[in-house]
Amino acid sequence: MIRLSMAGTGAILLDAAAGPFDAATQRRIWAAARALGGAPSVVQAVPGVNNLLVTFDALHTEPDAVEQLIRQAWAAAAAEEIPAREVEIPVTYGGAFGEDLALVAKHAGLSEEATIAAHLAGRYSVAAIGAMAGFAYMTGLDPRLAVPRRDTPRLSVECRAVVVGGGQAGVMPCTAPSGWHIIGRTTLPLFDPHRPDPGFLRIGDTVRFTRVA
Amino acid sequence: MIEIRANSALNTIQDRGRPRAMTLGVARGGAMDMLALACGNMLLGNEPDAAGIEIAFFPFRLRFLDDRAFAVTGARGPVRLDGVDLPPDWAVIARAGQTLQCDAPTEGCRTYVTIAGGIDVPLVLGARATDLKGGFGGLEGRALQKGDRLPCGVPATPGVPPHGYGLAVRCPMPDADATRVRVLPAAEYDDFTAEARHAFFQTAWRLTPSANRTGYRLEGTPLAQQRPLNLFSHGIVPGTVQVPPAGQPIVQMADANTCGGYPKIATIIESDLRLLAQTRVQGSIRFVETTRADAIAALRAEARDQARRADAFAHLRRMLIPA
Repeated sequence: MIRLSMAGTGAILLDAAAGPFDAATQRRIWAAARALGGAPSVVQAVPGVNNLLVTFDALHTEPDAVEQLIRQAWAAAAAEEIPAREVEIPVTYGGAFGEDLALVAKHAGLSEEATIAAHLAGRYSVAAIGAMAGFAYMTGLDPRLAVPRRDTPRLSVECRAVVVGGGQAGVMPCTAPSGWHIIGRTTLPLFDPHRPDPGFLRIGDTVRFTRVA
Repeated sequence: MIEIRANSALNTIQDRGRPRAMTLGVARGGAMDMLALACGNMLLGNEPDAAGIEIAFFPFRLRFLDDRAFAVTGARGPVRLDGVDLPPDWAVIARAGQTLQCDAPTEGCRTYVTIAGGIDVPLVLGARATDLKGGFGGLEGRALQKGDRLPCGVPATPGVPPHGYGLAVRCPMPDADATRVRVLPAAEYDDFTAEARHAFFQTAWRLTPSANRTGYRLEGTPLAQQRPLNLFSHGIVPGTVQVPPAGQPIVQMADANTCGGYPKIATIIESDLRLLAQTRVQGSIRFVETTRADAIAALRAEARDQARRADAFAHLRRMLIPA
């Protein structure tokens, strides 16, 4: 069962979430996004986590027609396997680069070393790109590390901080406010608007973190 | 070429933004008051996607390094060219060496300076708009500073009539007593309590000082949900009215994150979001319920009006500008 709702005049949100995150639903979201992204009346089809936002030009397009298009695309979309790229992200954990590592470890009931090991053991999947330019929502975090987000977001989290929040993993592509917890730092640039392919990570990528001594 | 003569962290180069870069996580961005920017470009005969300067911090000063037609639109306030007052929403030719000064507005809060030919900074991801968070676009991805020299493009038209001209019908500004913005219900509208939905429409909201290009925080009767919601991150557009657990709404503005997770009670319609952008801190805001059909009718009527005005000004230029 999907739910469609208005997101203003020129956008419709398809919500396919039913309980916990579902990987097969997410693959179907990607497939529907790919199909809709090529439709002439659609400006952008933006996958979220088990949901999809479709923007269109309301000056020239009737929302009812877009709704119908979304329903058709969803019905036709199969949970396709994207040829996944394997990507490695090197991380320096803890210390000055991971000020929340102790907090995450405490929440998980683990030592800091065991917390790092749990983060390193994960095989993550990029479910969606959004919030900030080049920010990847990665699923596959060890549930023990699923610390709820901070009640009050930090006003500034450094670019390249390796973070966990709300059961997901991420890496900051720029310095920005965030309520996620900082456990390390990478050296990889995650977004460069001047590259032909600006984002380092793409939807469907399989990500592994590696430890830099 | 023009030279900026005043510092501010809030004055930036903006155009229509990057609506096609959302899948990269890039904010739509662009002018907070798209209509004001569009009117400036229209007066100058610029392409609608030409870049201008959005001014939110005053006084603002710039110096023209060559003869150049320009327009000042948006918020209403004192505008002077070498000390001579200019009428509101006016386009005129500046001579090399003249200084334009915009003082604090008396109505609205964002002024747009557009330049014949547009400000010619490089296109990044399809636009010239400054993305402050991403640190790209505009001039080196940052706000304008004193001493910055901005190249201007080749004007598409012979300019403006010798003594200038302006808009006869001005872009609407917020009503004096309250900014009224029409909204459509959003995904979680029905998850709010009946009292909250009533209060949302029937009570006034105050704009707090936490108001910038990313979002506007409002204050008023806290809005409660029937039960706590834990939503997955989902795409959001500028105009989205989110309600975090504390119950005070946040309106996502031009530089909003492309994804968010808070429940959404409503979305301000595209035609009215500029009114909120022109609302001053401590200003009163009222949400007015509308329908999708009415919202689309408003959008299309506005586009028709703009097209008619553009034709009328093109005609005026042919009549009044000596060949």
